[in-house]
Amino acid sequence: MNETPALLLGFGAQLAAGTVVTAALAAASLAGGLLLGIAGAAARMSRLRLLTSAVQAYTTAVRGVPELLVVLIVYFGASAAIGRVAALFGFTGFFELNPFLAGVTALSLTFGAYATEVLRGAFLAVPPGQTEAAYSLGLTRARAFRHVLLPQVWRTALPGLGNLFLVLLKDTSLVSVVGLDELMRKSALAVSYTQQPFTFYLAAAVIYLAMTAVSMAGIQVLERRAARGMGWSG
Amino acid sequence: MKRLIACLAAALLAQWLLVAYAADTGAGVPNPLRIGSEGYYPPFNFVDQSGQLKGFDIDIALALCERLKVECKLVAQDWDGIIPALLAGKYDAIVASISITDERKKVVSFTDKYYSNKVRFVTAKGGGFDPGKLAGKTVGTQRATIAASWLAKNAGGAKIKLYDKQTDAYLDLAARRLDAIFADGLVLHEWLKTKAGAGFEMVGDAYELDEGIGIAVRKEDNTLRQRLNAALAAILADGTYARINARYFPFSIY
Repeated sequence: MNETPALLLGFGAQLAAGTVVTAALAAASLAGGLLLGIAGAAARMSRLRLLTSAVQAYTTAVRGVPELLVVLIVYFGASAAIGRVAALFGFTGFFELNPFLAGVTALSLTFGAYATEVLRGAFLAVPPGQTEAAYSLGLTRARAFRHVLLPQVWRTALPGLGNLFLVLLKDTSLVSVVGLDELMRKSALAVSYTQQPFTFYLAAAVIYLAMTAVSMAGIQVLERRAARGMGWSG
Repeated sequence: MKRLIACLAAALLAQWLLVAYAADTGAGVPNPLRIGSEGYYPPFNFVDQSGQLKGFDIDIALALCERLKVECKLVAQDWDGIIPALLAGKYDAIVASISITDERKKVVSFTDKYYSNKVRFVTAKGGGFDPGKLAGKTVGTQRATIAASWLAKNAGGAKIKLYDKQTDAYLDLAARRLDAIFADGLVLHEWLKTKAGAGFEMVGDAYELDEGIGIAVRKEDNTLRQRLNAALAAILADGTYARINARYFPFSIY
């Protein structure tokens, strides 16, 4: 952006920096959320009643609360809670959960809750005969899970997870309320400084659209890979 | 796949463990001193093309930190969360043009004032808006401000529109969704000088609704408050304050 300093009234570099933060936030939340989702789906299908209902409570609570509220609770609530626990152990001063980490935590929790349900559905969609056949061939439980169950789960879950990622990408804009300098906040600051809302909100819209377009292309590649040998790859 | 899972696990673990810890130096002033401000309130606090917080509030905060011989760490926070974030320990002091009011004193403590302000009406030139006859008019102001409380009590019959950011009220006034804005005269003075504010003017009286603008700290941080007061007195005495004032206004705003 250095060669065109006048791009977007000089705010081009700021919007670019915001785009990087938005992309990093989405990627980190995807990683955290997928892990939570896999763990959640596994727990949901275990035979331990307590575990199943704990995860069910988690997915119900998180899916029932607006994402914005989750962001605010994590940002304002979590560091106060950590501080209070630390005080019990004699620490004074404040623990600080910065806006980026608060955002990753909140968005991971949200993505994880939805992903739990998507993955659970995908696990249930694999006929039990598949696992049974794997066992009868002498595969261990772990190997049967990795080589037989997981590829089929992945194939069924991908479209749903891809959809969730697109929602996640746009939910990153909510983290602007706690002062994270991502794309939405950078745009709002530029509007405030220049008093030109149309220019900057439109620029932000184009950038979000470009990011979702790239993500969709990526998801399509993954889907095609997952469907190899199925005869309907395309 | 194994490596991917390991990476994901590391990322999740890192997000929980990377919790920074701010220490107190023991002298009542933490180092670095974390200052909360906003960024939508020119010329007192705003963010320009450099992406940095700037403005009168910021210059005062930096001068105070220099006096206190501590490092200043600026934290940007939207207005509606600015006191909750102080109480949650996100920063140690608010330098964001906060009016000293009795209501706010119930939750935070204030230093001495660092500038004085009066609240004014601004409206389109020749639009015939009369602050004495507010009935039927639409008046905008920023949410959770002294101007908003005053309007709620005194603007009988007027429709009041509240904004999260002062700069959003300007956009609606320019779009003629508002008949007038009621806000800090110094801030309006600055906006009237811009291209967007060219067709507008101040009308009616100047209202003194607060005890000046102060720095807010948590109630238990009394030492910090006293040290800030001492530093404020020092920069007023040695001319630092006057130099900062002159960067923004041709007259004293103390």
